Order: sequence, then C-alpha cells, then structure tokens
Amino acid sequence: MLIIFYIASFVAVIATILVITQHNLVHALLYLVVSFLAVAMVFYVLGAPFIAALEVIIYAGAIIVLLIFVIMMLNLRQESVAQEKQWLNLQIIVGPVVLAIILGAELLYMLSFEPTSGLEGNVIGAKAVGLSLYGPYVIGVELSGILLMAGIVGAYHLGRQKKKVTHRFLETQEE
Amino acid sequence: MSVIPAEYGLVLATTLFVLGLISLLIRRNIIFMLISVEIMLNAAGLAFIVASARWEQPDGQVMFLFILTMAAAEVSVGLALILQIYHQIKTLNSDEASKMKG
Repeated sequence: MLIIFYIASFVAVIATILVITQHNLVHALLYLVVSFLAVAMVFYVLGAPFIAALEVIIYAGAIIVLLIFVIMMLNLRQESVAQEKQWLNLQIIVGPVVLAIILGAELLYMLSFEPTSGLEGNVIGAKAVGLSLYGPYVIGVELSGILLMAGIVGAYHLGRQKKKVTHRFLETQEE
Repeated sequence: MSVIPAEYGLVLATTLFVLGLISLLIRRNIIFMLISVEIMLNAAGLAFIVASARWEQPDGQVMFLFILTMAAAEVSVGLALILQIYHQIKTLNSDEASKMKG
C-alpha cells in the first residue's frame, strides 16, 4: 500500500508542477485533471473511498468542465482557429496520458491483486460519513445549502450580460 | 492507525499547498490564479482526510465535503467575475484591473 501511495503522490506533485508551469490554459487543465485523479487515488489508499469518488466526480468532473466552458467562452477571437489547430496537436496530450496511465495501472493493480487490502478495518465508508454528516453536522449541511444558494444567485447576477441593442453584425465593429 | 503514516500525507498536502501558493503569487492570469486557489483548497482537504485516517473518525471527511461545497460555490462566482472583468478590460491580466472605476 505504501508504494502505491508513493507513486500516486509523486504523480500528483509532478502534475501540479506541470500545471503551474504551463502557458496554455487548456494544457494546464489537462494536467490539473491528472492531479485531481492522483489525489483521489491518495484518498482511496488512505481509506476514504467515498471521498475519492466525490473528488473524481466534482473536482475532476464538474469544476474542470466549468473552467473549460469559461475558457471556451473567452476565446472567441480571430486567433482561435490557429489555436484550435495547435490544441489538436497530439504531442501535448502525451504528458497527461502517461501520468494517467500510471494511475490507471495502479488502480488495476489494486483491484486485481490486492482487492481487500484497501478495505481492511480502517476504511471509513459512505455510511459512517453519512451518519456523521446528518447527525452532529446537520447544521453544516444546511449552511452549505445556503452557501450554494448564494453562489447560484451571485453567479447569475454577475454573469448576466447587458442587453445589446445593436445588430449582431455590428458588434464586431463596436468592439 | 492507517497503513500510511500521517506524516507522509501531511508532507504531500504541504507540498501541494505550497505549489498552489507559488503559482498564485507568480501568475498574472486570473484563470491561473483561480486554478491555484483550487489546488490549495484541494491540498487543505487532503490534510483533513489524512487526519481522518489517522484518528479513524469520519469528521475529517465531513469537513472535506464542506470544503468541496465551498470550492464549487467559489469557482462559479469567480468564473462569473472573470467573465465580467474580461468584458470590461478585454484581457485576463490581473495587473490591468488594478484601478478602480477603470
């Protein structure tokens, strides 16, 4: 188990270093996904499978998709075609794919050769987390709901565009 | 006690947090700064999970859930702010947004 933890944390640190040294946002996001997946692997090894699943679903899924949407909304300029051509280059996905293959090999190894070692006694599963979440921490759940409501309203209010009266073809001249 | 010593997990969390902090300090692109904040929040959550595994209590995982909720709300509001800034100053450089009423 310790060697799996070492490899996953090594992949996480390498991917994070590559995130903060990239110049292109989309390349950085590719490495960020790998970093989150590696941290999810660390969570699994530490005996938190429910949190590992949530990390993959929410961090590597929802938040990354949100960032990609905003990047796509911002890149509506003339150079976007050349950028698109550059992003489709296969060389840039080699690094993230190699790191992801390392993680996938680890996962396959754990599932096939040591299926029970991660589930020995010290695992805190979804049941214990749920009992604690809706027992002593139920006020925190309600406050989280209020926070998410405030986030929805704030994002809607901030993201609202002013209604433009000009025609669509005239907007390019206006900018 | 978990099979993984708690010190190793804390060292990993500290490393990821410091990397995010360095990125936050040296970058001028607003989206990169938001990504750095995500990395730092993730590292803080990792520290909670390590503590949860050390004492074998679910409280750390509950705290991670709250951090997750906060990160989701923060990134949505932050991205809406980035869209507004981009429509106003036509760039993502945070130094350009240093003046009020600009």
